[in-house]
Amino acid sequence: MATPKRVKPKKAAKIRTLTSGNGKARLLVTAPSASVWEYAPAPEGHDYLKLRDRYELFIGGKFVVPKERRYFPTINPANERTLAHVAHAGKADVAAAVNAARAAYDRYWRRCTPASRAKYLYRIARAITERSRELAVLESMDGGKPIRESRDVDIPLAAAHFFYYAGWADKLEWAFPNTQPQPLGVAGQIIPWNFPLLMAAWKIAPALACGNTVVLKPAETTPLTALWLAEIIQEADLPPGVVNIITGGGETGAQLVVQPGVDKIAFTGSTDVGKQIARECARLQRHLTLELGGKAANIIFDDAALDQAVEGIINGIFFNQGHVCCAGSRLLVQESVHDLVIEKLYRRMQTLRVGEPLDKNTDVGAINSKAQLQKIESLAASGEEAGCTRYETQCALPQRGFWFRPTFFTGVALSHRIAREEIFGPVLSVMTFRTPDEAVEKANNTPYGLSAGVWTDKGSKNFKIASQLRAGVVWGNTFNKFDPSSPFGGYKESGFGREGGLHGLRPYLAAH
Amino acid sequence: MAFVPVDAVGLEERAAQLGTRSIKKQAKVVGLRLAIACMDLTTLEGKDTPGRVAQLCRKAITPDTADETVPAVAAVCIYPNLVAAAKQALRNSPVKIASVATAFPAGLAPLDVKLQEAREAVAAGADEIDMVIDRGAFLSGRYAQVAQEIAAVKSTCQPALLKVILETGELVTYDNVRRASWLAMEAGADFIKTSTGKVNPAATLPVALTMLEAARDFESRTGRAVGVKVAGGVRTAKQALQFLVLVKETRGDAYLDPQYFRIGASSLLNDILMQLVKERTGAYQSEDYFTKD
Amino acid sequence: MAQRIAVRKTPKLFIGGAFARSESGRTFPYERDGRVVQVARASRKDVRDAVRAARAAWPAWRDRTGYNRGQIIYRLAELMESRRSQFADALELAGRSGVAAQREVDAAIDRAVWYAGWCDKIEQVLSTKNPVGINHFNVSSPEPTGVVGIIAPRSPALLGLISTIVPTLCGGNTAVVVASQDDPLSAVALAEALATSDVPSGVVNILTGYRDEITLPLASHMDVNALDLWIADAALDEQAATAACANVKRVRRNGEPKQEFWLTARAQAPQWIESFMEIKTVWHPAGV
Repeated sequence: MATPKRVKPKKAAKIRTLTSGNGKARLLVTAPSASVWEYAPAPEGHDYLKLRDRYELFIGGKFVVPKERRYFPTINPANERTLAHVAHAGKADVAAAVNAARAAYDRYWRRCTPASRAKYLYRIARAITERSRELAVLESMDGGKPIRESRDVDIPLAAAHFFYYAGWADKLEWAFPNTQPQPLGVAGQIIPWNFPLLMAAWKIAPALACGNTVVLKPAETTPLTALWLAEIIQEADLPPGVVNIITGGGETGAQLVVQPGVDKIAFTGSTDVGKQIARECARLQRHLTLELGGKAANIIFDDAALDQAVEGIINGIFFNQGHVCCAGSRLLVQESVHDLVIEKLYRRMQTLRVGEPLDKNTDVGAINSKAQLQKIESLAASGEEAGCTRYETQCALPQRGFWFRPTFFTGVALSHRIAREEIFGPVLSVMTFRTPDEAVEKANNTPYGLSAGVWTDKGSKNFKIASQLRAGVVWGNTFNKFDPSSPFGGYKESGFGREGGLHGLRPYLAAH
Repeated sequence: MAFVPVDAVGLEERAAQLGTRSIKKQAKVVGLRLAIACMDLTTLEGKDTPGRVAQLCRKAITPDTADETVPAVAAVCIYPNLVAAAKQALRNSPVKIASVATAFPAGLAPLDVKLQEAREAVAAGADEIDMVIDRGAFLSGRYAQVAQEIAAVKSTCQPALLKVILETGELVTYDNVRRASWLAMEAGADFIKTSTGKVNPAATLPVALTMLEAARDFESRTGRAVGVKVAGGVRTAKQALQFLVLVKETRGDAYLDPQYFRIGASSLLNDILMQLVKERTGAYQSEDYFTKD
Repeated sequence: MAQRIAVRKTPKLFIGGAFARSESGRTFPYERDGRVVQVARASRKDVRDAVRAARAAWPAWRDRTGYNRGQIIYRLAELMESRRSQFADALELAGRSGVAAQREVDAAIDRAVWYAGWCDKIEQVLSTKNPVGINHFNVSSPEPTGVVGIIAPRSPALLGLISTIVPTLCGGNTAVVVASQDDPLSAVALAEALATSDVPSGVVNILTGYRDEITLPLASHMDVNALDLWIADAALDEQAATAACANVKRVRRNGEPKQEFWLTARAQAPQWIESFMEIKTVWHPAGV
């Protein structure tokens, strides 16, 4: 895997004016000097990773050939090379998977003691930790995210999720006192491509802990770590059919939603698809939880710890290339510190290293797919057309693969498309506010309500603003923090139901 | 921008993240040589003698007699009484003499005694003075007094360069480190320095990050570029590289230079030399092969 | 052919992560199967050293995340699983039948696994955000008490140790344990499992010896925060509970329950963790 060539920046004279992308001279900032010390490539070794040419469906505890014998390629978005071919699950395969989940539920999983369920989940958690390095490499290759993130965030959190929910399996009477918690039955789960293994863990772990069985449909562009998880599940001797993993495209997921024998649907993905699924579940009277899109406001007050706040902005929108439902994609900065924050943000943005995901020093990886890249480019173009000022990380991009430079726009108004629509990419829209209630009003002025960030060193203000924001997750003086014990989910069109924590058990238990 | 609060959790996360930068092969070699070029090779013990200092100075000029590509260090750092011996040993070399002064390390002596010590160190040949601030005054809120003392030492030791030791281990909070950094720079410091090396914790990544951010902001505000020196507890090549990463990604490559960055250390030098040989030969090294001058 | 001569183990005290003889040099005889094993007989000074070790280990143990403590306790269960035969042997030597010994070992390991899962949940179940009014944020949550002295159940030796030590650890506390006098070897086996696990030194300290010699020094120690008493002798129980009052220890007096108790649901519950935690309530205004 060739490391993309980085163009050496020209030795520029120390100029005092920063010229933005569309030619408007804006801020007084020192231009970056020539490099004295370049980091050498630091590739994560991956020769030990043995990928097969072809992967089958995991149904009833075995890897089975899809009925229609159709396969589709999955590529590495950093270089567009094919990694493997995975099975496409057609209608008959979806039916087989659901039937296997139903049989497993009826025959043994609902009779399995809660303590035994816990032990299986502990085994899976430990096995993920044992194979964490290869899972991290695979995640980066299949999805495009930097190895540092998959190694330090995705995989450890996935293992932690299984470990956390393992502990709940035999303690449900304390989670919900005075009830006899019962599972729902068979859960159909559809997950997105932005955190493939982590999303699989978020779905499977609580479902199993509560005594349900599962049919999981990974995203079309990122099936591989889910298939590795299938192997881990098989090695853990989990009774066959308790977890079934069927790869495929949108039609596979659509079939799963309406397949007879499914008691509950859990979906994480776009708001539009979420609404379609909701309509089907309304018709079929199926239990449903949705985790959809967002357009989170990251609010910076003048009394914030500014350097850490800038870090929070960077983390909020450029972490995982902005492919995050809870990304802080709108920066609401108090007008009195706007220029200072922008100067710091621009300067900090220049140190972001964009490139080969398997390089340990890469900060921003590849865009997950060509389709997503086109969406991002189109929305960013709308920002320029609307007259906003565009700033980017000045860096070379590799020739092959799907890439987008970290970008922010200033002079954005709430009515601009880049302020209203979820871009799901490394693009930040900057707006100002004058008073706390104006900040809250602007933050809440969206059909979404997944998350928000508040930056102020004043404790009372943090608590007060948090209580006023209509968002399921409020990050005070931090951003993009996740923990298996911390419930996550949205208000309004960002979905309903919570994942994580005690509240994350609720969606997998019968109501009374 | 009189006082900007520092969020400890966010700061430590950023410092830790920068600490995970992977510096390999040629980048490692370049970095290690830079670290030597930015080093203040130090001996600050009650039992220091002219003999000891003379040997240290030889090591400072030629850290590895087997490798000419290894640069000399930036300076030696010693007590005022040894400046004359160092001047003799370092004649005809580019290595500077930094002398501690102002009742190092505690700094609790009358001001006129502290100024006299600085004055004599410069007269004996010190190019740089590493002074300590009065932490007692700082922690009891007498900021103006702290600033005045720094200004007094600065004017006394001209044209020698003034490094101001904040003793961050005693300041404890990052807010205090930021405040003390700003105060020292406003009072005329040419360098702000973390520690005396006599108190733990000394130079940590988050503390250095706070000081680098303060220096960067000070330069943005005033146009004057103040240097940052990390000292105390920097023992391994890996740590040295981590500090270089901090400088590079906070202030920029232009500041990877002894004019703007120093590492005060003693045993670090041999650890760096060991790493350089390991990079060249591929084999892990033993202390026996590196001289302890 | 000559019979192989076995290498006999010296059962020692477990203090600060190390195995040590009593500072008094004394032992007591544990006679079983016609053989006498000389087991370390802890003195009041050993109690003092154990408390010191538990106190020193407490801040770091307390400051670990619940998840981390859970992982450590799960790892202890893994090691216990690999030491099944050693545990079963000690129980059988003490008089359990083979079947009963296996059952007790199973129950002990499974109980450790059960409690491992509480470490990162007990706070959620016991905390409340209190509706004091809209101008203040108010939250109550449990915090560890500190050093807990445990006079462990006489029987079942192994299950009794796990049932008392592990919930205390879940709560973020450290422990000084006076083992059963009737079966000290089960305690030594557990100490060995602890020593090879990720449980940090000093978090659990186990003293074998005469209960009537070391109970009161532990109960009256001013740097012990809580006592978990499983004492059959009513007089000693009362003396211990009374001595504990000098520094207002939290005391849980359990007597000696019937053997059947240990396998019931009541023997395994979050309340056993809750006893040795303190509720902290924090207020903060909420206003711009």
